[in-house]
Amino acid sequence: MNSEKPQTLRRYLVAPGEVIEGLNENEGIYVFDYGGVRRATVLGLVEASQEEVNYIPLKGFYFPKEGDIVIGLVTSHGAANWFLDINSPYTGVLSVQDFFGVKQGGRVPDDPFSYLKIGDYVKAKIVAFDRTRDPVLTVQDKGLGRVVEGTVVTVKPVKVPRIIGKKGSMLETLRSSTGCDFFVAVNGRVHITCPNELLQEIAIMAIRMIEEQSHLAGLTRRIKEFIEEERKVRGV
Amino acid sequence: MSRVKQRPERFIDETGRRLDGRLPDEMRPVDIKVGVLSNADGSALVSYGKTKVIAAVYGPREPPQRFAILPDRASLFVRYHMAPFSTEERKSPAPTRREIELSKVVREALEPVVLSELFPRTAIEVYVEVLQSDGGTRTASVTAASAALADAGIPMKGLVAGVAVGKVDGVLVLDINEVEDNFGDADMPVAAAPDLGLITLFQLNGVMTIDEMQRGIDMALKAISYIVEKEKEALKGSIEVEAE
Repeated sequence: MNSEKPQTLRRYLVAPGEVIEGLNENEGIYVFDYGGVRRATVLGLVEASQEEVNYIPLKGFYFPKEGDIVIGLVTSHGAANWFLDINSPYTGVLSVQDFFGVKQGGRVPDDPFSYLKIGDYVKAKIVAFDRTRDPVLTVQDKGLGRVVEGTVVTVKPVKVPRIIGKKGSMLETLRSSTGCDFFVAVNGRVHITCPNELLQEIAIMAIRMIEEQSHLAGLTRRIKEFIEEERKVRGV
Repeated sequence: MSRVKQRPERFIDETGRRLDGRLPDEMRPVDIKVGVLSNADGSALVSYGKTKVIAAVYGPREPPQRFAILPDRASLFVRYHMAPFSTEERKSPAPTRREIELSKVVREALEPVVLSELFPRTAIEVYVEVLQSDGGTRTASVTAASAALADAGIPMKGLVAGVAVGKVDGVLVLDINEVEDNFGDADMPVAAAPDLGLITLFQLNGVMTIDEMQRGIDMALKAISYIVEKEKEALKGSIEVEAE
């Protein structure tokens, strides 16, 4: 991760309330202006070089945003909705009407709740969220709907950028070295589809490793070595 | 064998040292650990000498009761509770009047720094359990709760810590223990966020002159800056950064 960066890079941790010197861009809820200086609101890592200062929050939550594609876990249902855990302080709501595409000419069957059960994962898009109501989800778009194959791993939402990597470099490493397909949802859920179970196990371990070591340098190289080593040991 | 503490004849000896050998402006050893509980989103274990307090934070999540929903911000719940084994004589585990009040006091000491308006309609729950009590549990609770909130990753304007200043034999003493609290002339708990220059808790039980109070606040603020540094150390120590 740092091989192409200048050697003057300084990395240090900041605790809530501490000043981040020289930070230009605003990092949303993780930065707070007080007395004209930018302060961290959560524990984070500052990477300072001569040209720029980067603040990487190490803790945080997924805050729903309209248009985001998330992977939700069905936890319960009401009379006409499913309630989905979207790894966020808020619960996602998916209506039966939307799931069967009534607006697109679909029909709601007699037993709609047998089509999507508690414990199922759903890939969905957030269509409405305005802080007064829970996020409303839709599955009426290409590639959305119930997750029928592969597995879903839940990670901390702040680790998502690291799993994707710079311009998708980490994801590319994962794809090419495991042969699995990865879909990373912004709410910290990774959908993994693998040719076989052994590769799937390796892929899950690699994701966990990225989550644990997300702030350490040279991770992409270590992940690549880890996957190669595991494949050798397991003979796949 | 009586285990109930007696009023000592004098609190400060000829050499100017207190009952436990500390100088008037000396704190008890402070120890802070974060991430001590795996089920909670954030946790902290704080000890001020023999006083030991553990805090666990959950959330932001859906409030357990509908009435607790606030339309514009997250509601902060704090439960301060003393374990039955925390005192010299068994304490009934039922919440007492004192504990209900201290829950409010600790909550109000945290509310100014928690950015609760970022998470409307949710609840942030803080459970503070006093494991061992030797005076200064409310201030230790504020410190533990603040460290646990930061460990949970809840956005905060700054870290808070608390310390009590007391008066014994007419002398101002920092971080009073149980005997100094029970038989002393005054007890003044203070909590503050030194990064923001904000006092978030201020109480006074007993009698002090205005001059004593001002000197007491200065002593407390100095100690609070030290405790907050300890908190930051503990938080940063929980993350391993590879040396390059």
